[in-house]
Amino acid sequence: MTGPTTTIRSTGTVVGSWRATWLVIEGLWTWYRRSWRATVVSSVLQPVLMLLALGFGFGSQVQPGDATGGLRYVAYLAPALLVSGAIQNAGGESTYPVLSAFKWQKTYWGVVATPISPGQLLSGQLLWIALRLLGSGAVYLAIAALFGAVTGPGVLLSLLFAVLAGMAFCAPVVAFSASRDDDGQGFAGLFRFVVMPMTLFAGTFFPISQLPAWVRPLAWLTPVWHGNELARGAAFGTLRPLATLGHVGYLVALLVAGALLACRLFRRRLAV
Amino acid sequence: MSTVDHPLVTATGLAKRFGDFEAVRGIDVEVNRGEAFGFLGPNGAGKSSTMRMVAAVSPRTGGDLRVFGLDPDVDGPRIRARLGVCPQQDTLDNELTVRQNLQVYGRYFGLSRARVRERATELLEFAQLTDRADDQVEPLSGGMKRRLTIARSLVNEPDLLLLDEPTTGLDPQARHLLWDRLFRLKQSGVTLIITTHYMDEAEQLCDRLVVMDQGRIAAEGSPAELIGRYSTREVLELRFVPGGQEAVLPDVVDLAERVEVLPDRLLLYTEDGEGALAAAHNRGVRPISSLVRRSSLEDVFLRLTGRSLVD
Ligand SMILES: Nc1ncnc2c1ncn2[C@@H]1O[C@H](COP(=O)(O)OP(=O)(O)OP(=O)(O)O)[C@@H](O)[C@H]1O
Ligand SMILES: [Mg+2]
Repeated sequence: MTGPTTTIRSTGTVVGSWRATWLVIEGLWTWYRRSWRATVVSSVLQPVLMLLALGFGFGSQVQPGDATGGLRYVAYLAPALLVSGAIQNAGGESTYPVLSAFKWQKTYWGVVATPISPGQLLSGQLLWIALRLLGSGAVYLAIAALFGAVTGPGVLLSLLFAVLAGMAFCAPVVAFSASRDDDGQGFAGLFRFVVMPMTLFAGTFFPISQLPAWVRPLAWLTPVWHGNELARGAAFGTLRPLATLGHVGYLVALLVAGALLACRLFRRRLAV
Repeated sequence: MSTVDHPLVTATGLAKRFGDFEAVRGIDVEVNRGEAFGFLGPNGAGKSSTMRMVAAVSPRTGGDLRVFGLDPDVDGPRIRARLGVCPQQDTLDNELTVRQNLQVYGRYFGLSRARVRERATELLEFAQLTDRADDQVEPLSGGMKRRLTIARSLVNEPDLLLLDEPTTGLDPQARHLLWDRLFRLKQSGVTLIITTHYMDEAEQLCDRLVVMDQGRIAAEGSPAELIGRYSTREVLELRFVPGGQEAVLPDVVDLAERVEVLPDRLLLYTEDGEGALAAAHNRGVRPISSLVRRSSLEDVFLRLTGRSLVD
């Protein structure tokens, strides 16, 4: 070694990147183990209630037809609720908790004072949210299956697509949250003007072919629509290779762009 | 194993700019192994900005910096692995328990689960929080949170401990206890860097310190050296009703080497406090109360920065 030598007594070491990411997840899991009850209502119950009220209740008034692919309305709706559930949860997990870790509790600053870097912190945060989406989606699916709203094992693939769509939304929103310094006012706008219209009009409850032609391109921009196409395709066995590639490509592009932007913003904010 | 006696921290011309604002304007500092080193300075002097650069979380914008002989820009994680950091503002997870905060943090340093459990138990004892171990952090008092933050900074048994105003918010008993603990850590070979607004803390703990003002180092030395260099042996304090001190200033100004005018007091810096007091009396000066005391770091601080430390 060229530098001066010192006897090291410290027990701290630099962990590898994957392990660092894993340790961040472990920290978040420690929190979740204590607080999961408070999150169950919004993450699992909400999509189940939607399925009951809209799928079974309202759906009983809907005739199977072309728009529903010849299926009962509840069967048509079930895979799409997987997607909108993932989007809702992604929105919840990547807004207030992230802003709080920067601004109110400042826990992110605690983490980056250890050998863990801002980039590793971000990967841990993103992967954690992905795991949350996967867990909530699986519970929803199990309940939907109990109610007989599931058409076949294809929905397991739908679940993965739903997580992908959720993360394609989550990554840019995490970046957005990392850029905020208000008390969460920005998020109200996000939920009102992005999440809500996306859930209502991007093909979850009815095909976007019913929308006025000039609105349709807006729906194409949303991760919800791509997610719905994929989730339904997987559930009903109607996936076509080229279209699948296109949808997945778009979602992955959103995810990667969002993650890269978030990484820049995390570094900039945490290393001042 | 042989240890070469070299500085643990070396800063030369170290600078930090935030936009156009220069928070740290080229400081030279060396902190040696086993030393307790202090940064004193008024609000906004640049103490925390300096600490954050040494902690390898805030990139420098000028000059050079080595911590453990490593460059924070290159080897940040390796440096941070061996540091303990108590930031000015707590960064605890308020929704976890006291114990979980220690354990989760220890894991980030690569410690095994068994090791962090063990370490948490030791540190709970250290911070006198054992009976609150499984309570959530949120409702704890400010002083308890502070103690937890300090305990957490020790989880990896650091070689160098950075404490940014560690005792702010602690009651006197907790402060004295912490001084005792820090003193013992120092004896076991830990190097300490401390910022503080408390002069008694600096005198108690620091072998050497610098006074910072407006991003620069105004003076450096041991507490005794600084007092010898920047103040007189004794200080005569004359207390008046606020405003009254200005009126008698002309009568006493020649009785001391230097006079400081505070809102309710005059401070007369002299080698012979009793003599100056007698002389003032002879001239008909009648303060509400008077006091002769030895010079302290507080006086050095006042001299160097024109401000008293505890505002
Ligand atoms: N992230 C930042 N962006 C812009 N300015 C900053 C930032 N951090 C610190 N400053 C400015 O740099 C100057 C020095 O701040 P610093 O926190 O280092 O002072 P300090 O000596 O620790 O003061 P205190 O005793 O109040 O803690 C201040 O004027 C502060 O406003
Ligand atoms: Mg400070």
